[in-house]
Amino acid sequence: MRRWWIPAAGALALVSVLLGAMVGPAGPTWWRVPLALLDHLPLISIDSGVTPREWTIIWDIRMPRVVLAALVGSMLSLSGASYQGVFRNPLVDPYLLGVAAGAGLGATLVFTLNRTGSSTWIIDPLPLSAFAGGLLAVLVTYVVGTAFGGQRSASTLVLAGVAVTALATAVQTFVLQRHTDVVRQVYSWILGRLSSATWGDVRLVFPYVVVSSAVLFLHRRLLDIMRVGDDEATALGASVNRVRIVVVIAATLGTSAVVAVSGLIGFVGIIVPHAVRLLAGASYRVIVPLSLLVGASFLIIADIPGRVLQNPSETPIGVVTAFLGAPFFLLLLRTKQGTR
Amino acid sequence: MTSLQFSEVGVRYGQHDALSNFTDTVKPGEWLCLIGPNGAGKSSLLRSVAGLAKHSGEIRVDGSPLRMRSAKRRAQLVAYVPQSPVLPDDMTAREYVVLGRNPFVSHFGSETKHDWAIVADVLERLDLVDLAHRAVGTLSGGEKQRVVIARAIAQEAPILLLDEPTSALDIGHQQQALELVDQLRKEHGLTVVSAMHDLTLAGLYSDRLCLLHQGYRVVSGTAAEVLRQETLAEFYGVSARVHHAEDGTVVVIPYRQGASGN
Repeated sequence: MRRWWIPAAGALALVSVLLGAMVGPAGPTWWRVPLALLDHLPLISIDSGVTPREWTIIWDIRMPRVVLAALVGSMLSLSGASYQGVFRNPLVDPYLLGVAAGAGLGATLVFTLNRTGSSTWIIDPLPLSAFAGGLLAVLVTYVVGTAFGGQRSASTLVLAGVAVTALATAVQTFVLQRHTDVVRQVYSWILGRLSSATWGDVRLVFPYVVVSSAVLFLHRRLLDIMRVGDDEATALGASVNRVRIVVVIAATLGTSAVVAVSGLIGFVGIIVPHAVRLLAGASYRVIVPLSLLVGASFLIIADIPGRVLQNPSETPIGVVTAFLGAPFFLLLLRTKQGTR
Repeated sequence: MTSLQFSEVGVRYGQHDALSNFTDTVKPGEWLCLIGPNGAGKSSLLRSVAGLAKHSGEIRVDGSPLRMRSAKRRAQLVAYVPQSPVLPDDMTAREYVVLGRNPFVSHFGSETKHDWAIVADVLERLDLVDLAHRAVGTLSGGEKQRVVIARAIAQEAPILLLDEPTSALDIGHQQQALELVDQLRKEHGLTVVSAMHDLTLAGLYSDRLCLLHQGYRVVSGTAAEVLRQETLAEFYGVSARVHHAEDGTVVVIPYRQGASGN
């Protein structure tokens, strides 16, 4: 029964990718798109009737957007699930812990200091600066949140995250006001953008997402052990602190890289893991792979209405996910607050 | 079977000595029960064996010092059931019991068929097969306690530590849980160290009692030797009569001073 969830989620991801490639203003008739994609696979030749100009729309405009949405969605979901695991707190995600705001501040600094020059460096400093900001934010949140509330208080950690987010955002605003030349650029990025995605963006985040996901994937059994608390996990022979540090660093690295490219897309990291738990159970052996696949599908699909609703201007993806996610979070707060 | 030796073990939290100079030897296959009022150092002693409290002195398992062991190796030797275990509500009983196999699985590895076979075997022997796929949050108090003991048994450690294993159970389930531990002890040749508040049950199930008070070992021996009216009055500050039943059971009965009939 359980083993069917992963193929089903894989199929969902595939369907989402196709949908994402088919929908949008301009471009070829929708049903020609899968044929055209098949035609471009090696060893397959189909007459799809798609003109070269239409193929450019599919391949250079829609596909980078779909692939970036998949990478961002899976990374945010997986990070959310992992933070929930190591902090033993169902209410946290990259946003509520302040990671995204910290990463946003780090990225903003790169924008204001020297974006035109630095984007041509061999290693782009944008994700690294975001990572430094994200890591600092999560450390402050954790230290403050556990110092005042202890390990058992779920809401103190979230409150600390809110404070860190407010601080990081304030610093960001301050920095931006002194660099009015980049305000427009930074704000369109803050609202979460997938619309202007290029293959260059995909290349930029891909290595970070792969490394981070691989590390988190390797920890899925250990995340189950962390659920019984530090004492019992230690008594079972687990190196609790090492697991927590490695998982937080990996999740923060991946989150920061995707934030650096796609801006602030909220609530994915809390909606997807909880939906997965409801459907397929609470073991991280299932939650980790499923969050990856469902997160990718979720963000690809959430990105579709934005393209058609307000044609020709677009609804930012961060607005769509917040619209869905905020009520979900309140519901979760209501049900989980009493249990721990 | 495995012995457990303590020499001058002390546990200190900040400026406070929770346990001082504890020296004792638990014989292979013996059930030692630690008794004493709250704050006597029972839990600290158990936690030091489980690797959860820094301790001075030396704890030896079959003669070799436990502090030299890695956390994994220690977990292969010692299984620990805390006073109030954390049971993740939505985890199934089977998922919970397999956590006990962690000491045998490499850091990034996953459980082998052998590990799952042991889990299946433990679930069967503890009569948990029907509950295997239930979320532990939905189980009753007695069932939860059985699942926690199952996890400890799946660890296949020769030493079992129980901190107040019956404090959350009614009298029937207390008996069931302790009978289960005793049965498992005999089947597996386990050496058991438990901390208990119920003195009658402590005397009934253990081979030996050890009374702690303010971090010091006061007296150790059979129930008849340790559970004496003067001792209880002195260290627990309780007014209790000790009744010796015909079958050798030592029963501790509290009474009210000045109440009629005395």
